[in-house]
Amino acid sequence: MIVDALSFTMLALGGFFVFMGGLGALRLPDLYTRMHAASLTDSLGTLLTLGGIMLQAGWSLATIKLLTILFFLMMTGPTASYALANAALLSDDKDAPGAPPATGN
Amino acid sequence: MVTAFGIALLTLLVVTAVAVVVTPNLFVAVMLMSIFSLLMAATFFILDAADVALTEAAIGAGMSTILFLGALALIAEREARGSGRRRWLPLAVIALTAFTIIYATFDKPRLGDPSAPVHQHVAPWYLEQTPVLMEMSNVVTAVLASFRAYDTLGEVLVILTAGLGVMLILANGRPDLSRQGRAAAATGLRHHLIPRVVGQLLIPFIVLFGLYLQFHGEFGPGGGFQAGAIIAVGIVLHALLEGEAAGRAILPTPLLVGMMAGGALLYCAVGIVGMLLGGNFLDYAVLSADPVAGQQLGIHLVEAGVGITVTSSLVAAFHAFADREPAA
Repeated sequence: MIVDALSFTMLALGGFFVFMGGLGALRLPDLYTRMHAASLTDSLGTLLTLGGIMLQAGWSLATIKLLTILFFLMMTGPTASYALANAALLSDDKDAPGAPPATGN
Repeated sequence: MVTAFGIALLTLLVVTAVAVVVTPNLFVAVMLMSIFSLLMAATFFILDAADVALTEAAIGAGMSTILFLGALALIAEREARGSGRRRWLPLAVIALTAFTIIYATFDKPRLGDPSAPVHQHVAPWYLEQTPVLMEMSNVVTAVLASFRAYDTLGEVLVILTAGLGVMLILANGRPDLSRQGRAAAATGLRHHLIPRVVGQLLIPFIVLFGLYLQFHGEFGPGGGFQAGAIIAVGIVLHALLEGEAAGRAILPTPLLVGMMAGGALLYCAVGIVGMLLGGNFLDYAVLSADPVAGQQLGIHLVEAGVGITVTSSLVAAFHAFADREPAA
């Protein structure tokens, strides 16, 4: 019962964070803030969602698999965000939609 | 619930497909194609076609995206402007084809209808005989590698031909190591510490998962095609991180070509050995004294052949693109 309540709370919170990330990616003004919104909430949302599913699965093989998935997503998500931000910084494409506004430097 | 999920996925598929056609930026189109494949894989999965979903995710969303990006590095990123003249004839042909296909679906039996002709023909026999003839739990592998081994042999030969074709069309002679672009290409992502470290950490797991799919194919989803694609992705990731030269070093070109032909040859050899032992071509029951063990041995060998050819063909295709100099 307590486990169920905890699990549903985590799932709902995870969904909320992913939704906010999507909203941020759509509404924020430039590429870096958009990425910031999407990548941070994505990591937290994944953690909460998979944690919630793990509580539902209990101690079983499914939990081990979910832990593995979580490990890979925790590794690859932030790396992908870093690579994207780095590529954006290096190419500095001012014409791209959502590029940072020219600051005159 | 699954229906709602399916409708959402199909809607997204249509939106993505239209976006691919509409966008003038080819880079965006490549990314959308990757998303399309991922959505397609999810769709296959909710239709309980896990084997196909794995293939679609590994090849569509993984490998072909890398190949598209490799091709994109050689050409301009933006699509050339069309002549502006409306092409009514092609539009009419497409509209007519779409109308015909949609009209034909009205005669289609309901999805999953047990009395549909496709479920009445040979499928019940396959389902019944797979546990008896080869004692395997994954009927897809049994159908693919044994009951319909001729089809799969044809597919392997198609992949071999495609790989050789890409090599022959794109190979521009011996790679010239003195050129400056080559020096830049040879470093890969070596200066980017974080992707490099994380990527190197992931490669063993990717290859291990590929081998798991290869050898676990008769019990769960997987098999030579999926395993080959995933192992190839691991090797290509190494090449992307450490540079083209390091990627070539693990599978030198002669070995690569040998593997491409060798996998297909292994497949054919299993069939010919069966003929020499008195059976039909690709009849594995004669390979061992016990017909069930013979079937399992045959399926293992054939899947290994598929895996080898798929891995090497995909890696060869990647190298063929990576070796080209970008057009100035």
